[in-house]
Amino acid sequence: MQYHAEVTIELKSGMLDPEGTTIKRALGHLGYQTESVATAKKYMIELDAESAGSAKQMVDEMCQKLIANPIIHNYTIELGESK
Amino acid sequence: MKIAIIQFGGSNCDLDVLHVLQDVVGVDAELVWYKEEDLNQYDGAVIPGGFSYGDYLRAGAIAARTPIMDAIKKMASEGKPIMGICNGFQVLTESGLLDGALMTNKYPKFRCETTYLKVENTDTPFTSKFKKGEIVKIPIAHMEGNFYADKDTLARLNDNGQIVFKYSDKNGNVTDNVNPNGSQENIAGIIDPNRNVIGLMPHPERASEAILGSEDGIRMFQSMVDYIAKK
Repeated sequence: MQYHAEVTIELKSGMLDPEGTTIKRALGHLGYQTESVATAKKYMIELDAESAGSAKQMVDEMCQKLIANPIIHNYTIELGESK
Repeated sequence: MKIAIIQFGGSNCDLDVLHVLQDVVGVDAELVWYKEEDLNQYDGAVIPGGFSYGDYLRAGAIAARTPIMDAIKKMASEGKPIMGICNGFQVLTESGLLDGALMTNKYPKFRCETTYLKVENTDTPFTSKFKKGEIVKIPIAHMEGNFYADKDTLARLNDNGQIVFKYSDKNGNVTDNVNPNGSQENIAGIIDPNRNVIGLMPHPERASEAILGSEDGIRMFQSMVDYIAKK
């Protein structure tokens, strides 16, 4: 079965997000006042696996080994069957 | 004695380090491509600066997971000295050989300028030729040099004397004003608990000849060579 995973990588709460801060400031220049702007990265992964469980486990390993840096990041995985 | 200079796709300070080691320090050194899996013939290694793999994913993240890094880990476990400069520091934190992470500069700009560093620890294979508390002039060139570690790790780095260099002014004052990137406690360089793997954001190879405006950096390479010779 082919699965589609969307991995979202965010900075842990309370960590400096200079890119977000810069965007917030630029939005202010355009007249939009915001409480906060945070950035995140999203990765879309297609993979074959025997079950949704094993697909999720593989993607979780990918996050731990490469895609996220556990020192600074939290990540979430959304998994579905490929269309 | 022979020192390996590790080359990844996108390394760009490799030839500068080679020049300094061979022509200025006068030690045998050679470039080693990242696909090499055996570094047994080398007595030490330098991971140079640059933009390995275009800084894709995170600076140093891809390089940290190449085959040669297993060989670097083996060298590290054997007590051989390993120096990561700038992108090399990022590679070492990403590979888990050094604590913490190097995040985007607090003010997200590429900073390329002279910095003054306070030498915090001279009891390492890389700083034996400095005096404790000495102020040295070594330039930086980076956008992801903002050192971060969680509270416990930071306390451990302090307790074990693993903080080797801090950004300071030329009189040795360690203040926010002279922190170029937002690093916690102005940290510019740290060493591992076994004290043979160092990472620093400043570029000692760019401060190793009088014509470059400073010769302070050369002593890091000389200290390293001295350490290998005495082993």
